[in-house]
Amino acid sequence: MIIGTIVDGIVIDHIPAGRGMELYGYLGLDKLSCEVALIKNAPSGKRGKKDILKINEVIDLNFDLLGYIDPHITVNIIRGGERVEKRHPVLPEEIHGVIKCKNPRCITAVEQEIEHIFRLTDRENRVYRCVYCDTRAK
Amino acid sequence: MRSLIDIADLSVSEIDELIAKAEDIIADPDKYAEKCKRKKLATLFYEPSTRTRLSFESAMLELGGQVIGFSEAQSSSASKGESVADTARVISCFADIIAMRHPMEGAPRVAAMNASIPVINAGDGGHNHPTQTLTDLLTIKREKGRLDHMTVGCCGDLKFGRTVHSLVAAMSRYEDVDFVLISPEELRVPEHVRTDILNASGVRYRETESLSEAMESLDVLYMTRVQRERFISEADYVRLKDTYILTPDKLETAKPDLSILHPLPRVNEISVAIDSDPRACYFRQVLNGKYIRMALIMKLLEVE
Repeated sequence: MIIGTIVDGIVIDHIPAGRGMELYGYLGLDKLSCEVALIKNAPSGKRGKKDILKINEVIDLNFDLLGYIDPHITVNIIRGGERVEKRHPVLPEEIHGVIKCKNPRCITAVEQEIEHIFRLTDRENRVYRCVYCDTRAK
Repeated sequence: MRSLIDIADLSVSEIDELIAKAEDIIADPDKYAEKCKRKKLATLFYEPSTRTRLSFESAMLELGGQVIGFSEAQSSSASKGESVADTARVISCFADIIAMRHPMEGAPRVAAMNASIPVINAGDGGHNHPTQTLTDLLTIKREKGRLDHMTVGCCGDLKFGRTVHSLVAAMSRYEDVDFVLISPEELRVPEHVRTDILNASGVRYRETESLSEAMESLDVLYMTRVQRERFISEADYVRLKDTYILTPDKLETAKPDLSILHPLPRVNEISVAIDSDPRACYFRQVLNGKYIRMALIMKLLEVE
């Protein structure tokens, strides 16, 4: 499968297979006017399969969000057709305003203005919990 | 400026300091009679409570302070749709400290993030109730003379019973405390208590459905009510509410120095015949609640 070459843009590589579309939504890529390609189930040497996002524009990315999805994700910044930077996100201590608490008894369920905040409570197992009600992020 | 939202907000040494302060208040209450003169406590109670609200109010009054507030959501601006955050900001203009009870989990945390005065969580849904835990710890300390080297049994609704979650979190930080968790399968402690507190602290615990089987090993028995308001299904409530009722015959194998605690109110899970047993601590526990709240209010107001 051939996707057009990026001149100035971003390639988000090594997204866990099946989570590319979720990341597409979280990053708000549907709101961009530039070309965006989602490649699902691309072959991966390490994991067998992976997803890839190609964005034909250099935009600000929420690295906390990427780290939450998977700290093994790779972000390649492309300038003039060349990769000028390669970055890995880290597992964030907190993640703000992205994932939603699903607990119907949580205060965030009734007060819509409250920012949803999740805190890392178990680094080894990558467990995040709502700071208000301690419900585990799904 | 500090708040108390979760018992984990306090270190073990801070808990020990609060207990020591409470014991000093008990020994000489007159010394503390004007410690909070001209200070105001706002009790913001969005759901009914007798013990906790009156305990907070009497604690503040005995420190020489004053009390304002409301005891149900209908008599507050919440009934007009005001957010918890806005209420906290507004009350910060009137009072020096807030005690908040709210049916939604995390509401006091939201208040603390927006208030400019300390906020005490007086119970948020089925989530946390740290001042009840401080009450329980003071009671155990006064009854047993220690908070370590003991076996604590928690019995009843361990799923929705927030007092149990906080007590387990607090006591798992003391040395050589074992837990026996006694509940029906449907009301076992939630997964986050098991993984984040019990497993994470490495504390010894076991789960059983039999109160009788566990009884002889216990130094402390913490009974809880199966709460109607925590059930979605009335049928589930009716089926489980009478599962564990403590009666004198069940105490036959208990240690002579067992301490029986209950956060109250009870329905029928402890027979009134137990009340006269010297091992029943739950009414002394209520009184301890006032003293530990006095100590806490002083600490958060930074009153020496």
